[in-house]
Amino acid sequence: MGTQVFHDGESDRGHRAAWWAGRIAIYGALSLWAFICLFPIFWTVTTSFKMAPDVMKGNILPWWDFRPAWLGWRSLGLSPDTIGTVSTPRDEFMKRFMNSVVISVSASTLAVVLGSLAAYGLSRFSYRFGPMKNPDISFFFLSQLILPPVVLALPFLVLYKSLALLDSRVGLILLYTLTVLPIVIWIMRDQFAGIPTELEEAAMVDGLSIWGAFLTIVLPIALPGMVAAFILSLVLTWNEYFFAALLTSTHANTLPVMVASQTGSQGISWWSMAALSTAAIAPLVVVGVLLERYIIKGMAAGAVK
Amino acid sequence: MAGSGDLLHVVTNDNLPARRVALGRLVMNAAAAILILVAAAQIADAQGWVDLGFANWRPTLYAYVLWGFAFCWGQVLTRGEQGKRALFVLPAALFVVSMVVFPLLFGLVIAFSDWNLSSPDGRRFNGLANIRQMWGDPFYWNALLNMVWYTLAIAVEYAIAFGLALLLNAQIVARKFWRVAFLLPLMLSPVAVSWMVGKSMLEPRFGPIARLARTLGWENPSFFASPEMARLSIMVMDAWTFIPFMMIMILAGLQAIPRELHEAARVDGASGWRTFWEVTFPLMLPVSVTAILIRIIFKLKIADIIINVTSGGPGGATDSVTSFIFREYRDRSNVGYGTLLAMVYLVLIVIAMTLLMKLADRWMRPRH
Repeated sequence: MGTQVFHDGESDRGHRAAWWAGRIAIYGALSLWAFICLFPIFWTVTTSFKMAPDVMKGNILPWWDFRPAWLGWRSLGLSPDTIGTVSTPRDEFMKRFMNSVVISVSASTLAVVLGSLAAYGLSRFSYRFGPMKNPDISFFFLSQLILPPVVLALPFLVLYKSLALLDSRVGLILLYTLTVLPIVIWIMRDQFAGIPTELEEAAMVDGLSIWGAFLTIVLPIALPGMVAAFILSLVLTWNEYFFAALLTSTHANTLPVMVASQTGSQGISWWSMAALSTAAIAPLVVVGVLLERYIIKGMAAGAVK
Repeated sequence: MAGSGDLLHVVTNDNLPARRVALGRLVMNAAAAILILVAAAQIADAQGWVDLGFANWRPTLYAYVLWGFAFCWGQVLTRGEQGKRALFVLPAALFVVSMVVFPLLFGLVIAFSDWNLSSPDGRRFNGLANIRQMWGDPFYWNALLNMVWYTLAIAVEYAIAFGLALLLNAQIVARKFWRVAFLLPLMLSPVAVSWMVGKSMLEPRFGPIARLARTLGWENPSFFASPEMARLSIMVMDAWTFIPFMMIMILAGLQAIPRELHEAARVDGASGWRTFWEVTFPLMLPVSVTAILIRIIFKLKIADIIINVTSGGPGGATDSVTSFIFREYRDRSNVGYGTLLAMVYLVLIVIAMTLLMKLADRWMRPRH
């Protein structure tokens, strides 16, 4: 507000009014968009506590419009009164949930390991695979991002069938690793480029090998980037639906497949669908709230050169 | 990323003992021999020349994995320090090549055949019949056209994302809260979104959005009845989940702009509006182009929401290429035709993306 000094009282007040108007506009816009972002989540969580008439009337506010009930959670076997008893829906749900956890965590770990190694190599040494040099190799890895899943889906269906990998966790883990690998390499390349090579040179003068220097000196510095890449991979693999729907049937299907398979059948029971959706999105909402810093860091990598 | 010369200089001792090199060769050759033998035995078994009782192709897969490890080890043995360097990139490269190049080549074979997975006949080569079928398939062309519409919607998403990034970059309190709130839609799975928003909130009778529309004077709100409306609803849902992604990339770009530039503009007497168009926006071009290109790449994969909310309807109006092929396979379990459609789509994407990147490159060059 450097120019303000030169204004007199009359226009000064006008200035302040404009400032207040600006504040109100900014916070109004922020609140509006926050509402747009949060309302669907709020709606899903509250619907899981509604009974049929509440759903039909479109009641919104709990304790005001309707009395929360455990209907939706009971149908999943996760309400307080059913949690101690034996429940087939809950076993089914837990099985899918564990599939999702195992598959997304393993795929993300594998992708971060493979991707970090490759990104480190590409940022430090010059390679030559046939006619391909470093920029070509980097491009080869990153170009996988363009590949739409549908191109690989049907060949993999046939290949997995003959390899007996259909409907197996391993099959999905391998595919998911492939889909997130370019993103990991993208993030990690940026990360390693920011670490000065003098660090490794000093370590190697002290007698460490390349791998020793990488594991003991570089990795700890690059850890935040690896966490960012891991979490971003986790989000993508946890939510993946297309491959899971095509390649799994009974044993290895993940939560998104379970959610999707409920929608058509037996008329929609809104409360149980809401409970299921809530349970499916809850882990990532928690991750998003707690680790927002890393997610933003991961997505911002490469945006600013 | 210099093309030649290592960034990290290592003094290497390339005096490898001859026995070590020989051992490395032996390891690599033995593993390759095992792979070839197992594969040959499996092929012979599959063709029915000999009966070795293989249930599936797993043995070949194991032999291939063994070869992969042996190859990496052999590199270290035969090439010493150079081999240890190659070991950084080699695993990822082997993984991607075996997971992409091989299936793509295999896909090319499938694309020119008639292969119904549920019938016992197996694969039959049918030449160009699939291409001819594609040429006369109005639904496929319609799906391609829809992809153009979906991609164009990115312009609006970009404008909103830019606005939100500017808001988050302004002087505000509780910045972290707003950022987390704006980020959350990205964390939700498209399948859950299609249920939460598509099925539940857009429900014409009691969904909250339908009720809002009714209060605003739209008598019979239906979001998936007319083709245009259905397409728009899908676009809105997809935008809802992906706007945070562009927003964060743009926000990162905004935060990298030095404050002094804005102060200088203000001292020169430029209004906020002019500062934005003449300082901020031009500086944001490279980031914007990156964000939009990545967003296009993700947009071209759109499928989950469409499969789960409209399954392409009404009359294919909301079909994306991916959802169309998905249904094509689900309904007829013919992998041949679906693979051809996917291959054609891939070729179109690669051409379009190459053109776009070239254009973006040329457009941005004078500003460097």
